[in-house]
Amino acid sequence: MTFANVTRFVNASVNASPLLQTMSIVANKPEPLLYEMSNPGAIGYSLPACDVPTTELPNRLLRNDLPLPEVAEVDVVRHFTRLSQKNYCVDLGIYPLGSCTMKYNPKINEEAIRLFGLSQVHPMQTPETAQGALQLMYELQNYLGEISGLPGVTLQPAAGAQGELVGILIIRAYHLARGDSARSEVLIPDSAHGTNPATSAMAGYQVVQVKSDARGNMDLDDLRAKVSNKTAAIMFTNPNTLGLFEEHVREVNQIIHDAGGLVYGDGANLNAIIGIARPGDLGFDVMHTNLHKTFSVPHGGGGPGSGPVMVRADLAQFLPSPIVAKERNTYVFENPAHSIGRIKSFWGNFLALVRAYAYIRSYGKEYLKEIAEVSVLNANYLLALMRETYNPQIPERLCKHEFVLNGTRFKKDFGVSTLDVAKRIIDYGYYPPTIYFPLIVPECLMIEPTETQSKASLDEFADALLKIAEEARTNPQLLRDAPHDTPVTRMDDVKAAREPILRYRPSAA
Amino acid sequence: MHRFIPITDTDRAAMLKTIGVNSVDDLFNDVPEDAQYPQINLPPALSEMELMHTLRGLANQNAHAGAYAYFLGAGAYNHFVPATVPHLIFRTEFYTAYTPYQPEISQGTLQTIFEYQSMLCDLTGMDAANASHYDAATAAAEAAVMAINSVRNGNKIIVSPTLHPHYRATMRTYLEGQKIPIVGDENVSMSLDAVLDKHLDNQTAGVLVANPDFLGNVRDLKPIADRVHAAGALLIVSAYPIALGMYQPPSAYDADIVFGEGQALGNALGFGGPYLGIFACKEKYLRRMAGRLIGQTTDTQGRRGFVLTLQAREQHIRREKATSNICTNEALNALAACVYMATLGKQGLRQVAELCYHKAHYAAQEIAKLDGYRVATNEFFNEFVVECPRPVAEINHMLYEKGIIGGYDLSNDYPHFKNGMLLAVTEMNTREQIDTLVKALREM
Repeated sequence: MTFANVTRFVNASVNASPLLQTMSIVANKPEPLLYEMSNPGAIGYSLPACDVPTTELPNRLLRNDLPLPEVAEVDVVRHFTRLSQKNYCVDLGIYPLGSCTMKYNPKINEEAIRLFGLSQVHPMQTPETAQGALQLMYELQNYLGEISGLPGVTLQPAAGAQGELVGILIIRAYHLARGDSARSEVLIPDSAHGTNPATSAMAGYQVVQVKSDARGNMDLDDLRAKVSNKTAAIMFTNPNTLGLFEEHVREVNQIIHDAGGLVYGDGANLNAIIGIARPGDLGFDVMHTNLHKTFSVPHGGGGPGSGPVMVRADLAQFLPSPIVAKERNTYVFENPAHSIGRIKSFWGNFLALVRAYAYIRSYGKEYLKEIAEVSVLNANYLLALMRETYNPQIPERLCKHEFVLNGTRFKKDFGVSTLDVAKRIIDYGYYPPTIYFPLIVPECLMIEPTETQSKASLDEFADALLKIAEEARTNPQLLRDAPHDTPVTRMDDVKAAREPILRYRPSAA
Repeated sequence: MHRFIPITDTDRAAMLKTIGVNSVDDLFNDVPEDAQYPQINLPPALSEMELMHTLRGLANQNAHAGAYAYFLGAGAYNHFVPATVPHLIFRTEFYTAYTPYQPEISQGTLQTIFEYQSMLCDLTGMDAANASHYDAATAAAEAAVMAINSVRNGNKIIVSPTLHPHYRATMRTYLEGQKIPIVGDENVSMSLDAVLDKHLDNQTAGVLVANPDFLGNVRDLKPIADRVHAAGALLIVSAYPIALGMYQPPSAYDADIVFGEGQALGNALGFGGPYLGIFACKEKYLRRMAGRLIGQTTDTQGRRGFVLTLQAREQHIRREKATSNICTNEALNALAACVYMATLGKQGLRQVAELCYHKAHYAAQEIAKLDGYRVATNEFFNEFVVECPRPVAEINHMLYEKGIIGGYDLSNDYPHFKNGMLLAVTEMNTREQIDTLVKALREM
């Protein structure tokens, strides 16, 4: 039991049991740094004696001191266990971060990646000694090609942002291969993730922003005004970050294609349409998918992820090298003819690929669409429970897998910001939704429940949010001071940035 | 419904009613009708038991370090992982958490990364370390971009020919769009000093060197550092963190940026990933660094706590003006490195390094005695080149049949080592394994 469900209990009940109170106290106790626990001579490891004749060490190249902490094994275990209890996580409850798809991470996947034949395989051993690994990758390439409708697949990218870079570099290579070197711009809707413009800049492109309209679609007039023969691509997230499916998806893609550009799909929100529609059928040319979102790979506290890229058949010649191919009954690494090159060491985040493979095989063709159906059902249900109290940004439309609320009225009427609401959610034992994103919505609150929440858990979460709305009216200070019962309260971010302390130093402790 | 979805048919009916629609189809009215519900050619769903059976079948077709003796490195190493590492990093509170954007309920992740950053600084001798990159190859690319942005008039990057081939290739892909030339490895048999003679000038932003290098050589880079600094460029060093358990840190020869592959610090071989791009630098380059940083601060009650900081460098704030597009990183691998370094500590890491050193030197000495074999690396840590009497591919195939995964075949990347095998030895290799390898080589 960790603090989060403890505080949830404490908040929900007046008579918390003494044991639960004790557990909450343990989790809230400050934990020293490893360096502060260091006890010279303490040993946390055991190693075998040297079983070969020793060789003289190269003294002139050796270091005098290695100032790492010295901590006994049991204290290492307790230290990290206590720290773990200061974290909220998916296995405690709803983690409604919009655009992050914090779904349940199936336990069987974690069993799978512990198989020695997967976890203890060296990336440089010859393909003949790793046929099972290559087969898994080959099949996963095919599954992702099927799901996206874009048959050329690379599994190399380590994360969504890296997938974006690969995709844009492929588009760049496509234009250059046609002798079209004048295309210098990438169009990006104003609702896009920050990675899109950052990626375009890394690939050497100018960013041109496209406005959204009142229904949350791309503004087609603005799009037509900005597209030109300088347009290399559009980076298009669909459903977009307002949680809305672009109503003119084919028209947008046609406008770009007519101008000679390509359509890049940011697949961060694939969870809303997986099994229901394939981006390749809607006119997308290139896309990435985040295996750590749609395909259940755990987020690990910020990573690792995996961001495979799928492309139209004729663009497969530009994929990063290598990809996995099948020659008769043997799996081999192959370099695409006009590859953009290598984008990381080795072959990709293989153990993330194993989890995604296991996830797709668990769902199979029969169940895959239920992911999207229920993620959209859950989001709309939660939206329905909240829409009278909180203000949906686009109230007239149903949402997809997530929805966006506008907290301007709370701010104006009660002097309560979206940050205050989010912090108060913590007091109820939940992780807050994404806040202040997308940037086009003031005081934005962005909620994505995912398909792995039960109806009861959504009812409970909505209930908490309705209570918070009531508190905003009757006792706004409660929100401004939140959270109350956590290991630390609100942090001084300004101080952190102004006088950065980025490592332990005895004097700064 | 599928077993991972906790909604029943009854729930669904009630929820649709609350939403005010008749069916789930109504929720997808905005999706073009002719594109809805495509045929998707996937295999049928598997139960948990069938799935595990399938995965075991795939796993059983791979040679792995639990059954074979490994003498293969080339950027990924079979090191011992103490039991504390998997047990602690696979606590669900760590591995199912998100990026620690809400610090009040993410102090576990934040403090561990702060500790990781601190230990990495101590290991490398640098002032600041970030929370990780994807791997060493992408860290190399980010270091090159950082050098370009930090050095006035710097518009090209020099790479040592003995920087890992994958890192050099990745840098080229990353820097292609920004049209930053990368030079130095036109002839991979050229020495680093000759490369600098040819390319180093006042337009050079950074020089990337590995120590130990890809072929295993360890050297004092001070003379190189002096030359690079005299030209106004940054010295960027790829380090092997286990070697730093005994060798002087790159700060000793005045490196400006240190990066490297952190896999060896408690991370599984995993057929190449996820790994850990370590990245550290001198304080004066801090604000040009890419990636997340954790900083110490205080809460409203004056208690110490940790937060994501200096975020104005990052894509979610700065968008197209960010230092990089990186968002998701390798946090759990950094946690593994943190638990690993905590468990091994000051003495353990030194001991692991010395075991690698002694065992590798024993192996090299024994191989050097064999007719037809020559050890071609003079001063090394745990990896060295052996020139063999036959093509390495043939030798490796025969070793495989004897339960041994041999070294990396250098013939593609370094053609001047036509029959060159890059052998790595770690603390995991017993004397018996080494003797078996030597015997097998003798009998080739």
